[in-house]
Amino acid sequence: MNVLCFVEPDDELSAQAIGFARSLGDTRAVTFGGTYQPAAWARALAAHDADAILAAGSDRGNELLAHVGAILDRAFAANVTSIAGGVVTRQRWGGSLLEEARLHGSPQLLTVAPHTQPAAEIGAVETLSAEDDGSPKVLERIEEASGGVSLREAKVVVGGGRGVGSAEGFTVIEELAGLLGGAVGCSRVVTSAGWRPHTDQVGQTGTKISADLYVACGISGATQHIAGAKGAKRILAINNDPEAPILAVADYAVIGDLHEVVPAISAELRKAQG
Amino acid sequence: MRILVCVKRVPITGGKMVLTEDGQALETKHLGFTISPHEECAVEEAVRIVESDGGEVVVLTLGPAEAEEQLRDCMAIGADRGILLETETEDWDAQATAGAIVDSIGDDEPFDLLLFGNESADAAGYQVGIRVAHALGLPVVTGLKKIEPRAGAVRCERDVGGARDVYETPLPAVLTVLEGLNLPRYPSVPGRLRAKQKPLARTAVTPPTSQLEKLRLVVPEGQGKQAEVLGEGAQAAPRVVEVLQELGVA
Repeated sequence: MNVLCFVEPDDELSAQAIGFARSLGDTRAVTFGGTYQPAAWARALAAHDADAILAAGSDRGNELLAHVGAILDRAFAANVTSIAGGVVTRQRWGGSLLEEARLHGSPQLLTVAPHTQPAAEIGAVETLSAEDDGSPKVLERIEEASGGVSLREAKVVVGGGRGVGSAEGFTVIEELAGLLGGAVGCSRVVTSAGWRPHTDQVGQTGTKISADLYVACGISGATQHIAGAKGAKRILAINNDPEAPILAVADYAVIGDLHEVVPAISAELRKAQG
Repeated sequence: MRILVCVKRVPITGGKMVLTEDGQALETKHLGFTISPHEECAVEEAVRIVESDGGEVVVLTLGPAEAEEQLRDCMAIGADRGILLETETEDWDAQATAGAIVDSIGDDEPFDLLLFGNESADAAGYQVGIRVAHALGLPVVTGLKKIEPRAGAVRCERDVGGARDVYETPLPAVLTVLEGLNLPRYPSVPGRLRAKQKPLARTAVTPPTSQLEKLRLVVPEGQGKQAEVLGEGAQAAPRVVEVLQELGVA
């Protein structure tokens, strides 16, 4: 089987995708030089004679493969975790549910679900060129002024949910996050209520975190939220409801009102830190 | 400006995924329904554009008869009319869904802007908007958190980990958006009443043979962990700090 795998340089998810691609057959790793122009890049990928075309299940990977699928009029399976005999297992609901589906036609088009495969050495990469076909492309890149710890990369995230009760209630969450050198996160309820900006949202439609520790305060644990939180190595839940679904995914729990528990932890930390 | 927004009826899943006995669908007997979060922002954005520049917002869905509820919700916050592509078959694949959308808007519905969520909350195929764009020969930009219409064009921005990429495309165009684009309004009571009177066109549709043929759904392992309870209330704090120190984060 001839496999074409789109990769981005120095990209963790591409390293995971290339390992998956090699398990399917002879793999050519390719990338593009120049400005990102998804439809044009996809046209160049689609022009190759391959039995399967793969990419990482990243923003660009999913976008490119969707274009390839549209150009070739073939099915495209996004965020696949395994494939055997033409049957793919793929993620739905941000990974909270899996689907087994038969992927018909050739070439097989799929992206590899992030963090479900070990990373491999990317190795030699061919740089392809794509002709500018007039389709939308990146005109400029605006760098964000870096303010504090980024949610995506923070080692510790302290998140607040409905139980925080108000925008002002986040003072105690901010304080604990500050003491731990971490970032503040929140659930979708909180952003919908306007208590925090969407950039703080952890979840399927927000940021997917990869912290060493996630402290979930007053968060019930809806699947929408867990989809963004499950990348954390450990979860500590602080919740007054011992039956909350978050406890079924957490490693540690404190049962109680976050408005009492969180300041007590901050005070204890200050003592420990001298 | 005439804007089409495509939305999908999805269950509000709560804390746990429970499947029907045949493993073909989520058990939704006890669940409410909504549209995907990205799409809520798409509808809000369309309504804001038309409020400021004039025009019409049409909201379209492919789904069961009950999906009228979601179209009415969208009309309650300002969409002008709805199109329901009605089907009893659940889970059309993305290719089939895009095909039905393209067939329904055809030549007699010239839209300036077609808005989609970047991916649906449930199936998350990441492709319906892109497929519709190719079928209609329109430019498409995806994953947007900012949209600025200009004369005959639209400037848009996409987050790329610590930076934003800027695109500009002439209209008509397809755009797919992400939650965070705006903060959607809640429907008012008069809005809900008006929504009941707004036009809704129904067309029955049947799916073609699926090229990504769903066999069954599976709830992934790893749920049902038992958290170690470190204590209750404020007196748990010393034990929590011990654990933070063991984990090397304090």
